Amino acid sequence: MFDLNYSRYGAYSILIEWPQEINENILYDIIRFKKRIKQESLKEKLQVINGYNSLLIFYDLDIENFYDKVDLLKNIYYTLTDDIKYNRKVWQIPVCYSEKVVEDLSTYAKQKKLDITEIIALHTASKYTMYFTGFLPGFLYLGGLDEKLFIDRKEIPSLKIKPGTVAIGGKQTGIYPIESPGGWYGIGRTPLRFFDVQLEKPTFIEAGDQIQFYSVDEKEYNAISADVELRKYKPEYKIIDGRS
Amino acid sequence: MGEVEVLNDVKLATIQDKGRDGFRHLGVPVSGVMDQKSFDLGNALLGNNANAAVIEWSIKGPALLFKKATFIALTGAKTKAFLNGNEISFNKKIFVPEQSKLKLNFTTKNVYSYIAIKGGFLTPIVLGSRSFYKGITTDFFVGKNDRLPYKEIGCQEPNFTSIRVPEITNEPLLDCHAGPEFKRLSTTEKEQLLTQYFTISITRSRMGIQLEEILPNTLSEMITSPVLPGTIQLTSGGKLIVLMRDCQTTGGYPRVLILTDEAINTIAQIPSKKRFRFRMVDLD
Repeated sequence: MFDLNYSRYGAYSILIEWPQEINENILYDIIRFKKRIKQESLKEKLQVINGYNSLLIFYDLDIENFYDKVDLLKNIYYTLTDDIKYNRKVWQIPVCYSEKVVEDLSTYAKQKKLDITEIIALHTASKYTMYFTGFLPGFLYLGGLDEKLFIDRKEIPSLKIKPGTVAIGGKQTGIYPIESPGGWYGIGRTPLRFFDVQLEKPTFIEAGDQIQFYSVDEKEYNAISADVELRKYKPEYKIIDGRS
Repeated sequence: MGEVEVLNDVKLATIQDKGRDGFRHLGVPVSGVMDQKSFDLGNALLGNNANAAVIEWSIKGPALLFKKATFIALTGAKTKAFLNGNEISFNKKIFVPEQSKLKLNFTTKNVYSYIAIKGGFLTPIVLGSRSFYKGITTDFFVGKNDRLPYKEIGCQEPNFTSIRVPEITNEPLLDCHAGPEFKRLSTTEKEQLLTQYFTISITRSRMGIQLEEILPNTLSEMITSPVLPGTIQLTSGGKLIVLMRDCQTTGGYPRVLILTDEAINTIAQIPSKKRFRFRMVDLD
């Protein structure tokens, strides 16, 4: 249980805030609350969007009585149970860490004074937790980057980063789902699509899931790309029971 | 099926409806028309479905060829408009015979102008909306030689529907509510924000509008959190940014104010270099 702050954010929304820090205990508390709000409000049209330490509830109609709504939400929060078995998915994401598919790898290696095998070993060793999606359609905010891989963002952002680029910027790692300008260093490229408007669920990863990268060579990268193109490829995951 | 062929090189024209709601949690901007009031008016004049898609354009007017007969209504930022060489009015239902050419001049007074069509434009629906957005829809601007589909009409209807629209006042007061971080401003900062005149800068797009004045402040940075269109962000350097329809779904700058729906429509139409003031209104 955290001490939460409820405030109005425009005519349609309530913002709920947790302490200003980034950690997984807060994330799982947010996710539990989010799921219950969705279950309890079947009659009311609303959307629930989370950040690192906040939850925005966006109602379809303007809020008539803020205090009534907050009372309802507080009731839901106080009756949340801790014992919901949490099955966490760990998505296995193939990445080709090669200069042939990504431009910045050698620049990054030089600046960090690491060789490419070391970069691969460090980047594939961690499990990264998905906190929320923002910045671009399908852009995942991930936690858990090894501090040996931290690097300041580029002073001049690149104009076009290719979709699927796995990049590092500051203390974060992420995947560019669509072509975009950006200030992070691309260190690899995944053949998977992280945002596909043709699918009913354009993003396959949900907040609270984890991802783990594994290294593939160019040949495997191309083979998976072909399957993805034909929509024959199903992203793989392992399940970890409970909250480990 | 009717088709509108785009005859000239327009730069800032898009297809828009009310936007793509329900995908914010995937990082998808809401998008939709910048000025919903003008959009609603155009569709109402034509007796359209409330979400029928229109052409939104700014600055340089499009030249269009309508292959089949239809009705249109021009709303929003006014300019001189000609149908087959004859000047036509804004805010009026207008009959367009087949093979008609519509030509629009540059916008001068306001910013966003709309072309509504009977039944709406029928470009593809992606994630529940026809609104153009890069990365979501295949096209993200309307350009020369594009063909925009619409349903041709069966028979002529009387076309006397028109309406008088009040103009946006000079130096308007824009109604807003306190944003989540407003309470963290000092009394002087709050007072400055709510009494000072602000000027719309030339740095503006469908994503956001930067204001010219700087508001020195002592707000600390915050952790990335959800944002909504209409939010006024305040950077540590004192820049004020008004988030508009294509804004990102999350942001890291303090959210000091949020405009009312009405005020979002108004600010969209205020030209660069013009001034306005914020006016705080209570929510309850």
